[in-house]
Amino acid sequence: MSENQAALKIKSPSAFDVERIRADFPILKLAVNDKPLVYLDNAASSQMPQQVIDRLVRYQTTQHANINRAVHYLSEVATSEFEEARRKLQHFINAKEEREVIFTSGTTDAINLVMHGYGRKFIGAGDEIILTTLEHHSNIVPWQMLAEEKGAKIRVVPINDAGELLIDEYEKFFNERTKFVGVMHVSNALGTINPIKEMIAFAHARDVPVLVDGAQATPHMKVDVQDLDCDFYAFSGHKLCGPTGIGILYGRAELLEKMQPFKGGGDMILSVTFEKTLYNTIPHKFEAGTPPIAAAIGLGAAVDYLSEIGMDAIAAYELALLKNATEQINAMPGVRILGTAEHKAAVLSFAVDGVHPHDIGTLLNQEGIAVRTGHHCAQPIMQRLHVPATSRASFAFYNSMDEVDALIAGIRTVQKIFT
Amino acid sequence: MTNYKSLYQEVILDHNKKPRNYGAIDHPSHHAVGHNPLCGDHISVDVDLGDERINNIAFQGESCAICKASASMMTTAVKGKTRAEAETLIQEFLAMATGKLSHDACPNIGRLAVFAGVSDLPTRVKCAILPWHTLSGAFNAVETTSTEAEEDPMHAPIGDA
Ligand SMILES: Cc1ncc(COP(=O)(O)O)c(C=O)c1O
Repeated sequence: MSENQAALKIKSPSAFDVERIRADFPILKLAVNDKPLVYLDNAASSQMPQQVIDRLVRYQTTQHANINRAVHYLSEVATSEFEEARRKLQHFINAKEEREVIFTSGTTDAINLVMHGYGRKFIGAGDEIILTTLEHHSNIVPWQMLAEEKGAKIRVVPINDAGELLIDEYEKFFNERTKFVGVMHVSNALGTINPIKEMIAFAHARDVPVLVDGAQATPHMKVDVQDLDCDFYAFSGHKLCGPTGIGILYGRAELLEKMQPFKGGGDMILSVTFEKTLYNTIPHKFEAGTPPIAAAIGLGAAVDYLSEIGMDAIAAYELALLKNATEQINAMPGVRILGTAEHKAAVLSFAVDGVHPHDIGTLLNQEGIAVRTGHHCAQPIMQRLHVPATSRASFAFYNSMDEVDALIAGIRTVQKIFT
Repeated sequence: MTNYKSLYQEVILDHNKKPRNYGAIDHPSHHAVGHNPLCGDHISVDVDLGDERINNIAFQGESCAICKASASMMTTAVKGKTRAEAETLIQEFLAMATGKLSHDACPNIGRLAVFAGVSDLPTRVKCAILPWHTLSGAFNAVETTSTEAEEDPMHAPIGDA
């Protein structure tokens, strides 16, 4: 699709051909409890289009061997397809160089890589790491482990009742001991889109590097790591219509080169003797062992698929879905939306008066509707909002307006059962 | 497959709305708090166990309808029973909720058979058994129990769930 076509779609999201897109996703034809599946748990993991499934089959049936190891035909094909996938991911996030794109097993693995590779080398006793209340446990726990090991300190940017970061407080945290910032781009629990470009500029003016957890941003919007000017950007393939077990760490080359390896083993070395091992160049220094080759190639096909629809068109359509759902829920007595930030992605957490989220989840499932209920791996937010858990509907570009109506009808059914 | 709707039957909804024996006992002989770390739910159970029988029992906490109704019905079922009778009932309830025994194979289960449907909902089994688990903890002087705790005497049946 050309830029122009994408621009046209932004102007009129109704022109977005969701039925044609839905036809690409075989799983959407499933019935659950004798009702058509309404899959609204995309923030946990998204579904895979036939194009990606076919790519996995083609790789596995005609191209598979181990990479970077042998001179035979299949190994060369597999290596070149794997590296081609890296280039696709490079372009997807507009990284300057392909060696800045490291394959990991997911966002969690990517953040742990930065903690071990950068944090353990450059963060010491008394140093401070800035995180936010909104973070997913995967961008909290690794830093707590580091803080405990090194005697470093974690400072947590608070949020307001809408679920927006208090940027004044963020800025006040900076001092000469501030060594690192970890912040999520989009909140998985509340949908808040954080002003990370401004936050990064503020940190860089004080020479502090910033890691962005982009797990929930990459599925919903165009991400340009050069424009954001982030130092690290982590995301997962399975939330992006790709396979599980694969993810990306983008890192600025100059930082990656200064970092120590995370895992040791094959492929990450240039030479090994028992006296001294020479590490490979980036990105290979961080890719020890045989990677999930098929998954990487599948993720390459997934970002091709998304780019063809256009991330801007996807963002515009999803906003229309979110607006529709938000308006309908706001009109329902006894239902409250948690997370009312001005800038939000298509993630909708809600509470129904007098009904526990688990009961909502079970009863919606009975209607064929898949939502997530629980703390969404973000217990600090739940504590801040004084709720034990929420129900969350998270949309993808293949969800239809009819599915928004199904959700609303499902919530009404829940209310009826509980009155 | 059981119709899930059957789990949210009138009797369960009623106990959720108007839980019986809700609250605390002043000087309980036995007490425990049960947590379900997967959802953050927790309930506490107080027991006044006399020489012969359970004189009084109460529960309170934050939980879903399945858990609250299960706790409420548990208190009405065991009040006035001996500890041994209550322990038999705990075993029957756990076996039924985890799908190991059908409800007709549980001679003492009575009205608690309304919970048989949870065995089809693996993610909800823990909600139904948390109160029973906590009562067992109270009897055995385990002050905090958890559906995930390794050292917990009840861990094995739950792990299988
Ligand atoms: C914001 C955010 N960060 C990190 C993760 C962890 O991703 P993964 O489990 O793929 O490593 C998730 C997914 O649940 C997420 O939503």
